Amino acid sequence: MTEKVKVRIDGEVIAATAGQTILEVARANNKYIPALCYMEGLSAVGACRLCMVEVAGAARLLPACTTPVQEGLAVATSSPQLQSYRKIALELLLVERNHVCSVCVSSGHCELQSLAQEHGVTHVRYPYNYPRLSVDTTHPRFVLDHNRCVLCSRCVRTCAEIEGAHVWDIAGRGIGSRLVSELQRPWGEATSCTSCGKCVQACPTGAMAEKGWGVEEMTKKRAVVSRLTTMREGM
Amino acid sequence: MDKVKIGTCWLDGCSGCHMSLLDLDEGIVGVLKSADIVFGPLVDAQEWPEGVDVALIEGAVSSQDDLKLAKTARARSKIVVALGDCAVTGNVPSMRNGIPTRKLLERVYIEGAAESAGVPTDGVPGLLKQAEPLQAAIKVDVHVPGCPPKPDAILFVIGELLEGRLPELGSKLRFG
Ligand code: SF4
Ligand code: SF4
Ligand code: SF4
Ligand code: FES
Repeated sequence: MTEKVKVRIDGEVIAATAGQTILEVARANNKYIPALCYMEGLSAVGACRLCMVEVAGAARLLPACTTPVQEGLAVATSSPQLQSYRKIALELLLVERNHVCSVCVSSGHCELQSLAQEHGVTHVRYPYNYPRLSVDTTHPRFVLDHNRCVLCSRCVRTCAEIEGAHVWDIAGRGIGSRLVSELQRPWGEATSCTSCGKCVQACPTGAMAEKGWGVEEMTKKRAVVSRLTTMREGM
Repeated sequence: MDKVKIGTCWLDGCSGCHMSLLDLDEGIVGVLKSADIVFGPLVDAQEWPEGVDVALIEGAVSSQDDLKLAKTARARSKIVVALGDCAVTGNVPSMRNGIPTRKLLERVYIEGAAESAGVPTDGVPGLLKQAEPLQAAIKVDVHVPGCPPKPDAILFVIGELLEGRLPELGSKLRFG
């Protein structure tokens, strides 16, 4: 079923297919909306709130990654108000855990870092949380550093939806939420992990990395993970 | 026209930001045509003078001495620039913040000591509970992250300040 609809993004009329999300339509038409927890090829969960947009007639802001388009929908993607909210969202992500870019494997290739820079986050206006967090080094090839995790759940969805192993989940509530492997077992002891490394590639930050890389050295092949879904859909 | 007075200091940092400042190379000659460096590790003054126009502060606020110097610099300067990731975010010095100070000192100076174990107290400033970014201690007017900030970012910032503008880093904004 491919019902065609017309939507407006920042004033421009765009043809879309009903059921597509605002973010998908925007991306397909080279309109930029920032996103962090969204990754092509995975289900969308609306966790990070960076893709919030203004929809005409809606009383509140809506996440572009989970909101489907409908006929006549008019979206504003980058008003000063949205920019200021996105900046706040990024600052809150930065204060929640310990982001020390100068000693991070992903510095220079990190989606959180580049979003912060792009949004003019020169500093944060909130007190840092400085939690004491662990680093799981039990897996022979990979590391999980909770200090850098933004709980985007891209690893959770990659492992469950693409690899089919479902090693990861998020346990706890609010600021106490933590990524856990196989019901709190260390990653190295998770029997369902196939060591495929897809979660590592999907992770937008330095939270998941391959062992053996130094500061700024860990680059990720996210497109490869996304492409797997496209290829399977094509089958 | 009177020359602009620049003061610099380094708190809990590695001196890397000051190295980057020196890395302006011939750029510094241009700066010194319209500005004097009146305080800092690069000059001989003993005390942060009154009437400074621009304070460039490297490092997190980690000790009693850091806090005192930051406050003095703030009180005696028109514009305060937090220079580098340590001053802007706490950076590496803040990695101790989850550990109580007493435990930290014992770990380093007693458990970690090969000889003459004991936490030093004479002639060293007391550690604050946490190493905080500069803006947690004083009002900061301009933030220049980077570990260290690139010389061209520093030159741009000083240039804008000398022209009487508050710098917008734009594409020069960079952490780490
Ligand atoms: S994960 Fe990204 S933002 Fe966090 S410390 Fe590493 S590079 Fe910086
Ligand atoms: S390496 Fe593969 S199987 Fe193991 S947790 Fe990551 S995605 Fe799942
Ligand atoms: S480990 Fe990475 S991918 Fe997984 S939730 Fe944390 S930041 Fe997201
Ligand atoms: S990308 Fe839409 S909420 Fe994260």
